[in-house]
Amino acid sequence: MPDTSTIRLRNLSFAYPNGLRALAPVDLDIRAGEFVSILGPSGCGKSTLLRLLGGLLTPSGGSIEADGDFAGQTTGFVFQSPTLMPWANVEANVRLPHALAATRDSDASARIDHALQMVGLHDFRHAYPRELSGGMQMRVSIARALAKQPRLLLMDEPFAALDEITRHRLDRDLRELWAAEKLTTVFVTHSVFEAVFLSTRIIVMSSRPGRIVGEVTIDQAGEAVTPRNDEFRISEQFARRCAEASRLLNLGMNEDEFRGQAA
Amino acid sequence: MKYLPYAAPAVIGVIVLALWQLTVTLLDVPPYLVPGPLLVAQTMAQDADLLLHSLLVTLRITALALFFSVVMGVVIAFLFAQSRIIEASLFPYAVLLQVTPVVAIAPLIIIWTRDVQTALVICATMVAIFPIISNTTLGLRSIEPGLLDLFRLYRASRWQTLLRLRVPSALPYFFAGLRVSGGLALIGAVVAEFVAGTGGSGSGLAYQILMSGLQLNVPRLFAALLLITLAGVAIFALTSLLSQLALRHWHESEFGQR
Ligand SMILES: Nc1ncnc2c1ncn2[C@@H]1O[C@H](COP(=O)(O)OP(=O)(O)OP(=O)(O)O)[C@@H](O)[C@H]1O
Ligand SMILES: [Mg+2]
Repeated sequence: MPDTSTIRLRNLSFAYPNGLRALAPVDLDIRAGEFVSILGPSGCGKSTLLRLLGGLLTPSGGSIEADGDFAGQTTGFVFQSPTLMPWANVEANVRLPHALAATRDSDASARIDHALQMVGLHDFRHAYPRELSGGMQMRVSIARALAKQPRLLLMDEPFAALDEITRHRLDRDLRELWAAEKLTTVFVTHSVFEAVFLSTRIIVMSSRPGRIVGEVTIDQAGEAVTPRNDEFRISEQFARRCAEASRLLNLGMNEDEFRGQAA
Repeated sequence: MKYLPYAAPAVIGVIVLALWQLTVTLLDVPPYLVPGPLLVAQTMAQDADLLLHSLLVTLRITALALFFSVVMGVVIAFLFAQSRIIEASLFPYAVLLQVTPVVAIAPLIIIWTRDVQTALVICATMVAIFPIISNTTLGLRSIEPGLLDLFRLYRASRWQTLLRLRVPSALPYFFAGLRVSGGLALIGAVVAEFVAGTGGSGSGLAYQILMSGLQLNVPRLFAALLLITLAGVAIFALTSLLSQLALRHWHESEFGQR
């Protein structure tokens, strides 16, 4: 029986304390097992939306409702920078979510081992963050987000600061991880190509205050998942989806703001 | 090349000492004006018992003052970091304490406490405590916002956030403060001894300097001075070593040092 757990955003809006409206009312359903990318211009409120989903911000209006498997679960969050504790080694960093929840040691250790194996850093578990490359640090951050076996993984432009080759590799690894773990993922990016490569569905947002302009479906629900490899990147299918996402992105650009920036 | 940081200053030191000795000998400067280094060394050996005893007295005051500075300074910093209101209302008084010259209040404290040793420790603590307070407070506050988000995401308690995030983040700041405070504690102890003067039971190095000055025993004065300087260097080396041991794994300030 398919998992019907859903996270429902209804009329969700947010304004910062200084009065800045970051998010216009947004309606969105995130269904179990999806890989949803949020695509939008810089400053449109993508991070704000993700932080609302993670419970780091409280909505100014509207609601977020999680049912089924999502209810009351911890989420994994991967920030734009690795945000590792420099005084703790890789293993201790990945252990943090368990340490804070006081999980039984034996249970925690097994999950930490598993998480480190998934990101391929098991041999580096005693290394300190400064001894790792940027890409490796990001993978530690992913392992930490996975350590508590979350039902929902939130990622905020995790690979934006990395070089293209590393980024492509991590994109591929992430997609495999998602497929293997059946992990519902919400991924923020402003790269059209990355969004198309990774997602089952892309949500395109307008410039600030962000609202949803439209969506692009990559994998039809129930349909066999399109394999993600280098061939996909040069396929006609890929190009068509990119064109569609770009069109929506341009549609959502606020004309006035554009002129304001140009002046 | 590895020994350069030690060898180079040592060579300079030897040259200066040699020139000094040469000048004193050639110009026949009387020892009660400027004693040569050889004479100072000789005096140091002759008066070793007396001087070492004084050194211990001064070091004891310094150590106690540093100890109290660390304990009280850290406690105060924790209070400050807990609430902006506490900090806003009390920080000006910490500054007041810092800017009031210890020479000016030492006599008062000596009168109040009666026991000179206690008074000296209090004075030295007043001089040394400020860097610990201000640095540790800053450190407890200087936390990467991302890490704070992370702790909130996993619903860390206030206590967990303090122990696992604020304290480690504050360590480099604390140690920077400790290195400054170590030197200040010594300066505070010596200055307070001077104020306490030759009366009473004081017999620290400052007392030796005062007495030697009065008796025109300038070689001994130099010897005592030298001991104070050496003590200062030793304290700095010790606090630096502590800092290195605590931070070598992760903090930029201690990278690449063995
Ligand atoms: N703490 C804050 N206080 C006030 N305004 C904020 C705050 N954080 C973000 N903003 C503003 O809210 C808007 C949306 O910010 P957000 O970080 O969600 O954008 P974003 O879509 O993630 O942008 P980017 O792609 O550049 O990361 C921006 O205009 C930003 O200036
Ligand atoms: Mg952002």
